[in-house]
Amino acid sequence: MPIIEIKNLTKSYRVYQKKEGLGASVKGLFKREHKNVHAVKDISLEVEEGEFVAFLGPNGAGKTTTLKLLSGVINPDSGTCQVMGYTPWERKNEYRRRFSLVMGQKNQLWWDLPALESFRLNQHIYGVPKAEFDATRHELCDMLDVTRLLNQPVRELSLGERMKMELIAALLHKPDVLFLDEPTIGLDVIAQHKIQEFLKSYQQEQNNTILLTSHYMKDIEALCKRVVIIANGEIYHDGSLEQIVDKFSGDKIVTLQLHESVDQDALKDLPNVIEVTPPKVKFRVQREKVGAVLSGILNSHAVDDIVVEDPPLEEVISNAFSAAEAEGKSQ
Amino acid sequence: MSRTAATRSPTFISGARTWWTFFKISINERLVYRGDFIIGTLMRFLPTLTQIFLWWAIYDVISTEGTADSSSGPDGQIAGYRYGDMVAYYLMVTISRAFSSMPGLTSGIANQIRSGEVKKFLIQPVDMQGCLLMQRIAHKLVYYLMAALPFALVFYLCGDFFIDGWPEGERLMVFFASLVLAFALGFYLEYTIGLIGFWFLEVTSLTFIYMLMNFLLSGHMFPLELLPEGPVNIRAVVEFLPFKYLAYFPAAVFLGKIEGAALYQGLAVELMWVVFFIVTSRVLWFRGVKRYSGYGG
Repeated sequence: MPIIEIKNLTKSYRVYQKKEGLGASVKGLFKREHKNVHAVKDISLEVEEGEFVAFLGPNGAGKTTTLKLLSGVINPDSGTCQVMGYTPWERKNEYRRRFSLVMGQKNQLWWDLPALESFRLNQHIYGVPKAEFDATRHELCDMLDVTRLLNQPVRELSLGERMKMELIAALLHKPDVLFLDEPTIGLDVIAQHKIQEFLKSYQQEQNNTILLTSHYMKDIEALCKRVVIIANGEIYHDGSLEQIVDKFSGDKIVTLQLHESVDQDALKDLPNVIEVTPPKVKFRVQREKVGAVLSGILNSHAVDDIVVEDPPLEEVISNAFSAAEAEGKSQ
Repeated sequence: MSRTAATRSPTFISGARTWWTFFKISINERLVYRGDFIIGTLMRFLPTLTQIFLWWAIYDVISTEGTADSSSGPDGQIAGYRYGDMVAYYLMVTISRAFSSMPGLTSGIANQIRSGEVKKFLIQPVDMQGCLLMQRIAHKLVYYLMAALPFALVFYLCGDFFIDGWPEGERLMVFFASLVLAFALGFYLEYTIGLIGFWFLEVTSLTFIYMLMNFLLSGHMFPLELLPEGPVNIRAVVEFLPFKYLAYFPAAVFLGKIEGAALYQGLAVELMWVVFFIVTSRVLWFRGVKRYSGYGG
């Protein structure tokens, strides 16, 4: 039985439309125009226990709304959802004790106090026995290498350190299901990497279920086997990362390193050249033509090295988003 | 690490422990800013000082008009208050307000709603009202601890204004009870107003109206005996409002302006108002959360 089961979930917001200018503002005092924004349209999704799923989509696609629905912060207009057998928006305490929501842009820790105090509070809120709390805390602090920072006021921590503390606070009660909304936003590459590593090993060890939204492709490449692309409030694709690359990118990127004897400008007139940095030439070829194009070149030029790779994931995803948007408009 | 979350069940003990931890954390948090306290406490008495001079001038005018030979200071009465009573009243109101005023509570709640921080209380198994109450109790206790010395100093210097001396046992008990209830009333009243933020994202103007009403009708600005009884009997209207328990009532009890059965009647009505705002705030919370979660956030 899937641990998360979403069926035909729909949610729309009423948004006040304000036009530009003072006149419109005055008019807005008396008569307001509202517009219904469909944040999530008829979404169905199943997640098995132990899966690590990424939600991808442009800003405003409905990712965060979905996480809010799953954590019970908001009620849907229609549709059903079961997480571990609970309906999230009933907000039963038993359910609330078994999941965590971490939002990269929101702070849950006490700003002026050491993180340890916030952890203690969570221990009691979630009713974690002392021995278990200490053991979990030690383990998590070791994994994230923040033990020495436990007694420092949170406001004096760097953004990356604070995010690690946020994660620990959210994991102390060992939630079965974890929702992460852009956990690495604003972090530098090293801190991002550290958090990815942590999430990966934590998830493997605990085998809990994690849903993650992120804008950083690196997060997703590193962590998630399954990717759900949401655009315009609809699920546009649900599958593995490789499938997405296959589906949304028909091209390969080929880099050739020419032999010294060859005229370095010989290949600069190839179609779809991306850059020429002698002795290297980088160009784009349709996937099914890679063989033909390469053998043509190899027959006429001396080549030292060949690299054939998928285009960067950012590019693939952005293709996928535009395709999704285009489809949304044509409907 | 094995997962046992599912088997854990909440007990009364674990609930009490949560609140106790919350209380301790709030105290720690408050102690971070101990610098504000000393200055803040002394500033509280500044308006009282102006009141002392103002009323001295008023009583002076009255007594020179009434009895020609009074030159040793004012000794007339206004609405049953001698000059000393009047000053003592303002000092006691400062005490009442040290219990009933809740700086930042209303706007804090409204901000939490607007910024979405209130989500925390929907996601975690913990009650917002309980958290805020614990936080306030902690803040107040720290405040009393820090303010005790300056308060004692001011009351020592002003001892002569308490013409009839200090009240005896029973009256003192009623006085303390009225202070505790003033705290509860102040908290639940402002909490209720803050929750209106679920409907109107901006409650600043509402808070302003409340502060104005509180200032005029609670006895903060002047003893309620000074309110006119005609042509409109404002004095009688104020008797039916909760504001007077925030400042006037404890002070009046202390100074012997209220006597006999009226003491307990007053306490009972004060308690009733506390219960009224507890119930109202609960209803508002549940409706607000429903609206919030239906609307988005």
